[in-house]
Amino acid sequence: MFERLSDRFEGILGRLRNRGRLTEADIEEVLREIRTALLEADVEIGVVRTFVGAVRERCVGLELSRALSPGQQVVKIVNEELTGLLGGESLRITYASRPPTVVLLAGLQGSGKTTTAAKLARWFKQQGRNPMLVGADLQRPAAVEQLRVLAGQIGVTVFSEPSDPVAVAQAGLAEARRLGRDVCIVDTAGRLAIDAELMEEVRRIAEVVSPDYTFLVIDAMTGQDAVSTATAFHETLTLDGVILTKLDGDARGGAALSVKEVVGRPIAFASTGERLEDFDLFHPDRMADRILGMGDVLSLIEQAERTFDEGTAAKAAAAMLEGRFTLDDFLEQLQQVKRMGPLSGVLSMLPGLSKDVKQASSMIDDRQVGQVEAIIRSMTPAERADPSTIDGSRRLRIANGSGTTTTDVNALLKQFREMQKLMKGFGKGGLAGAMGGLGGLFGRGGPKLSPAALAELQGSSDLMGGPGGPLAGLPGAGALPGMGGGVPGAAGGPVRSSKGAKGKGGRKGKGGGRVTPKSR
Amino acid sequence: MVVAAAHDVVVGLAVGIPVLVVAVGAGVALRFRGRGPASTVPPGEVAADVPTGAELAAGAEATRVAEAEPAAREGAEPAPSPAGAAPVPGAEAPAAEVLPEEAPEAAALPEEAPTYRGRLGKARGLLAGYLGAVRSRGKIDATTWDDLEEALIRADVGVGATDAILDDLRARVKANEIAGPDALLDALRADLAAALDAPDRTLAPMGSARAGSDDGDRSVDVWLFVGVNGVGKTTTLGKVATRLTAGGASVVLAAGDTFRAAAGEQLALWASRSGSEIVRGAEGGDPSSVVYDAVQRAAARQADIVLADTAGRLHNKANLIEELKKIRRVSDRAPGRVTEVLLVIDATTGQNGLAQAAVFTEAVDVTGVVLTKLDGTAKGGIVVAIQRELGLPVKLVGLGEGPGDLVDFDPVSFVDALF
Repeated sequence: MFERLSDRFEGILGRLRNRGRLTEADIEEVLREIRTALLEADVEIGVVRTFVGAVRERCVGLELSRALSPGQQVVKIVNEELTGLLGGESLRITYASRPPTVVLLAGLQGSGKTTTAAKLARWFKQQGRNPMLVGADLQRPAAVEQLRVLAGQIGVTVFSEPSDPVAVAQAGLAEARRLGRDVCIVDTAGRLAIDAELMEEVRRIAEVVSPDYTFLVIDAMTGQDAVSTATAFHETLTLDGVILTKLDGDARGGAALSVKEVVGRPIAFASTGERLEDFDLFHPDRMADRILGMGDVLSLIEQAERTFDEGTAAKAAAAMLEGRFTLDDFLEQLQQVKRMGPLSGVLSMLPGLSKDVKQASSMIDDRQVGQVEAIIRSMTPAERADPSTIDGSRRLRIANGSGTTTTDVNALLKQFREMQKLMKGFGKGGLAGAMGGLGGLFGRGGPKLSPAALAELQGSSDLMGGPGGPLAGLPGAGALPGMGGGVPGAAGGPVRSSKGAKGKGGRKGKGGGRVTPKSR
Repeated sequence: MVVAAAHDVVVGLAVGIPVLVVAVGAGVALRFRGRGPASTVPPGEVAADVPTGAELAAGAEATRVAEAEPAAREGAEPAPSPAGAAPVPGAEAPAAEVLPEEAPEAAALPEEAPTYRGRLGKARGLLAGYLGAVRSRGKIDATTWDDLEEALIRADVGVGATDAILDDLRARVKANEIAGPDALLDALRADLAAALDAPDRTLAPMGSARAGSDDGDRSVDVWLFVGVNGVGKTTTLGKVATRLTAGGASVVLAAGDTFRAAAGEQLALWASRSGSEIVRGAEGGDPSSVVYDAVQRAAARQADIVLADTAGRLHNKANLIEELKKIRRVSDRAPGRVTEVLLVIDATTGQNGLAQAAVFTEAVDVTGVVLTKLDGTAKGGIVVAIQRELGLPVKLVGLGEGPGDLVDFDPVSFVDALF
């Protein structure tokens, strides 16, 4: 049920690999899968139909390409179409020439308007603005109180009074003018799109404050109803954009696509966590990957570009492949990865990791990695270069030095040995050896691949990775997921996850430039 | 050139990620060892089928009053017509305006039946078009199946459940068990209602804690309200409190949402509305201790039940799910006993609702679902998938923001509202 689209494609397209051209039946089968995947991602069914139609049109006349397998071509088309649908550009906020710039928030109950109001105020503050909040939600008990508490945390004034919402909004705006605030954010009560009376009320609020920006706040978990809600709000208020909340959940957020398509307004902001700083402008291109279940690879690549020292990485890669990867190299790499941000964040951006890994990763805090670092730092240079010299008494010294126990030291050494084996596998046996190593990386219940599976995996290496693959222009960006395939064992994950290691691991090989695609 | 640069990045990642994976693996190993066996799920006892003692009468009363309403509904035979789709905008003032001092009278409850129908009626029409088209075509063809599929998908029933239901119907049409669109629609309606029918949809009666206890030291029923953010947990809890106090029960509310700003204030208003007592903790404090205190208070005052609010949490946040498990464990300590764990799900929720239900059920033994915001255009069809996949019954339905806008779930009227 929660299978990723990319996994499914691999399944179907794997069978087509030997053929040069997709038959109409092949295309229909693939389209059916795309349709199911989009529906399971909560994309509205009408939008799905249009989308599938567009993809079909481009697939049918598909010219046989030298560079890409038919499967890769289909994935490329899907990705392009999806990104196109979501819209290319992030919204740019322009400020009213006569301040304050008024922002009106509306939406269903529980979509997160009040929290969003505070987050938005914080965002404006960060942009160097001086915002004020107006609490016009007089419906839900203690809503204004909630706004006050949140606003207190970011040092923003709240205006509200126990009269009626329209009057509060009007008075709030006047107050913002009086205080010389340049942004005025109006929080309104949650309301159903079919509640004529309340829709009239919000229309009147919009009338008296004449907002520069009217945003519909919508929950990323919303299903098919997103479209009727957004349409109704758009008819009443003329929306300028949508704010997508609770994107830190595991919902695919297909509603975003539907709303964008039907209402024709961009997703302006997205909220990605409970803390007030977990909020930023929305990047439409990244959402395509999420809906398709490909993870936020682009964000990761970008972060990596910023933080990785390429010289060191190349050196380490070389060392790795020659099988002389020491604990020193390990430490260096660990620090590089750490620079990319909190580890759980980095991990959560990797596509292809099973839910168990993500669960486990949300419990990891960077202190634990610090512990690993401490263990390595407590070793002498000689020990780091050759861990096999570490005997019982050295172990105890290291444990004492790093404030851990000998069991911890042992665990680290064991895993490091496994990793070395794996690296040698890359150098020598190519993909199969490496993947075998991955399977064993975390012995406890980790996915063990049978020889047959390994053979298959080598064959499937040309599935989706190569140049012009789904992650346009980033050859082998798909390298990442395969590496994670071994982890589920650590979390006691089910063998199901070996699937992720399989197909995507194939991409790894190619991305690293080690395995040349086989055209069979 | 770009390609070359990207290649370097990839090499960087290719090295970095295994390192990360090893580091994280080590971290997880350390962490898991540290946590010890404490995380075992407490023995979940569901006291739903405990024989009703004399003392429960009070609590059962409220339930019974509300139960009268499906019977009343039976008279109205489901006769959906495309024409009936026209909603009556504003014909009914939302009962959402709540007078602060409104006394929770039991008499208010029987009026729910018309409310239920009326509210759901407003949202009708979305699917009626498809079904009207099916009916009017006069025969069952490919378009019929497409229409039915689209109708179910639009109701958020989901691809899996929709396929299963329609495949079964297809087989029956093929075997000539069903002839004609009318019979097909009736069969679909019956199938959906059957899919939602659960052996026991009633709430645990008051005093279940005592009745289920051999030594009689468990005197306080505890109901937990759990769910993701913004589904309406606090509001639902307030409405349940109103219903229980109206039935004569003495209720203590535990303000276990110590995370969201002013959640305690919101619950306090519900406490005064419903005439319940409330136990609050410090904002940002330990929710388990709040619930524990509430149970102690309830025992001391010989109250019947503790309704415990919890902070909204996304089901993919492992640490928050752990916190919830702890709340459940602590609530289950004598003199308290957890007799209901109600998962609150918003009717607008799409396919993610299934993942929510699966995770919460595994973590805290959910005993039933409360489907909120069904007074909107959303159909809440995800509960079909939830019931099918997890066997989790829907127990209550939320139809608005007022104290009376909570009714017992009835599969037949729910399915009627879909059509």
